[in-house]
Amino acid sequence: MDEIQKNLLEQVAGLHEMPSGAYNIRANGQSVERSTTAHIDIVTKTDKQGIDIVIKPGTKKESVHIPVVLSQSGLTEMVYNDFHVGDDCDVTIVAGCGIHNSGDSDSRHDGIHSFYIGRNSHVKYVEKHYGSGDGKGERIMNPETVVEVGENSFMEMETVQIKGVDSTRRLTKAKLADNAKIVVTEKIMTHGSQFAETSFQVDLDGEGSSANIISRSVARDDSRQLFLSRINGNNRCAGHSECDGIIMDNAKISAIPEITANDLDAALVHEAAIGKIAGDQIIKLMTLGLTEAEAEAQIVNGFLK
Amino acid sequence: MLELQNLSFQVSDEADGQKEIIKNLNLTFEDHSFIAITGPNGGGKSTLAKLIMGIEQPTWGKIIFDGTDITHMNITERAKLGISFAFQQPVRFKGIKVRDLITLAVGGSKNNPNICDYLSKVGLCARDYINRDIDASLSGGELKRIEIATVIARDTPLAVFDEPEAGIDLWSFNNLIQVFEELHASRSNSLIIISHQERILNIADEIVVLADGSLQARGRREDILPELLKGTESCRFYQKA
Repeated sequence: MDEIQKNLLEQVAGLHEMPSGAYNIRANGQSVERSTTAHIDIVTKTDKQGIDIVIKPGTKKESVHIPVVLSQSGLTEMVYNDFHVGDDCDVTIVAGCGIHNSGDSDSRHDGIHSFYIGRNSHVKYVEKHYGSGDGKGERIMNPETVVEVGENSFMEMETVQIKGVDSTRRLTKAKLADNAKIVVTEKIMTHGSQFAETSFQVDLDGEGSSANIISRSVARDDSRQLFLSRINGNNRCAGHSECDGIIMDNAKISAIPEITANDLDAALVHEAAIGKIAGDQIIKLMTLGLTEAEAEAQIVNGFLK
Repeated sequence: MLELQNLSFQVSDEADGQKEIIKNLNLTFEDHSFIAITGPNGGGKSTLAKLIMGIEQPTWGKIIFDGTDITHMNITERAKLGISFAFQQPVRFKGIKVRDLITLAVGGSKNNPNICDYLSKVGLCARDYINRDIDASLSGGELKRIEIATVIARDTPLAVFDEPEAGIDLWSFNNLIQVFEELHASRSNSLIIISHQERILNIADEIVVLADGSLQARGRREDILPELLKGTESCRFYQKA
């Protein structure tokens, strides 16, 4: 890998060198490095682009890194990654995509990640998106995450898109079995003329299942964001979604929540708050000696931390 | 030394046109003094505090701080010059922790060993609070104490507190009195405290009574406080307003 690719890798996966545990690194449309362990296997798909990650039942305290980097301008790819997580597992999965585009053609990575999680398992899934390069070509990412959470299992998902992605449409679908739980924390910052759409569709099918979707976003310059969330409570369950947005300059954010209770014992809540940075927050930090610009940066950094 | 010269502050009022909140006020605050400003609600006390910090700009007049005309300086410039301010209603943030705010206040590293001391001084156990977000999860009283801790942490030549007692429970109030006494005893800071509380007025060197935007009285605590304690009906300072 060249320096640009190494930098992208560090941004999206925090990797300075090859990680321990299982990993698959994809660069410019090809798998360039792979490692498996006794409990985690990674197999290339034969019918389409992508890999199957198979995590054996009882795998504990192991991690899988599957970052993708694109540094070739004009490259477009569609990748399918399927995660089969057995019963009684406790694993961390780090994905992420970095695009460096210094050319005039659009570079685009679309990925569909499907999770099939067994019983009594805990999966922490971390996904970061990052773009760099000063070409006219756009950096486009459209990730789709499809999750089936088994009985008594817990999916913890953290997604971050802070810089450089011109256009993104993110779709997350989840189906939960009895006593299954999902917590999603999403952080997005858009600037320039970027556009980001994030959509959640959660079916709380199981008795005692729960979902908590927390989105924090900052839109600057002329950028636009759209937050959609749909939670269906189909059993005795608890669902909560929260969209908290800061708008600056000429940016626009829309939040469209939808909660449907199909069961008398479904408890569903949606909260959304969009607005500019509160003036008294800036004033407070200025009384501590920060300039207005420093105060603003501190508030935004804290908000997305 | 802080000097207010012919200070006036007007706002537009839909009903009456211009409304004068502060009326041609002339006051001097000596260094290392502890001055309590009191008076009826709506008398202009909080506005005066904001004018000193630069949160509001006066319509006329001048503010001189240690010989420098700060009238047209912004909040940041005044803060850097050595004025700090505790809000009557502290601000909440999302994602900023108690540790972050106090670190910003001391303007130094996060490992400053004194961060815990500042919290202890306001009656908060540092271990329980240092990593808490300054958001709706904190009660009004807790926020207020953290607010006061940020001002103690700044350790500036002049500290202005806008009704520090508001929202604080009785137990913490004793603590607060002790904080002001210690600050004053160190004689390194000048304190201007807006307050209605007898116990705060009782530890001040001087009391300024402000009503209807004008100076009603100013003098040594021994002279002013007994008059104030007669009650608003018979108090000659309040009757003037």
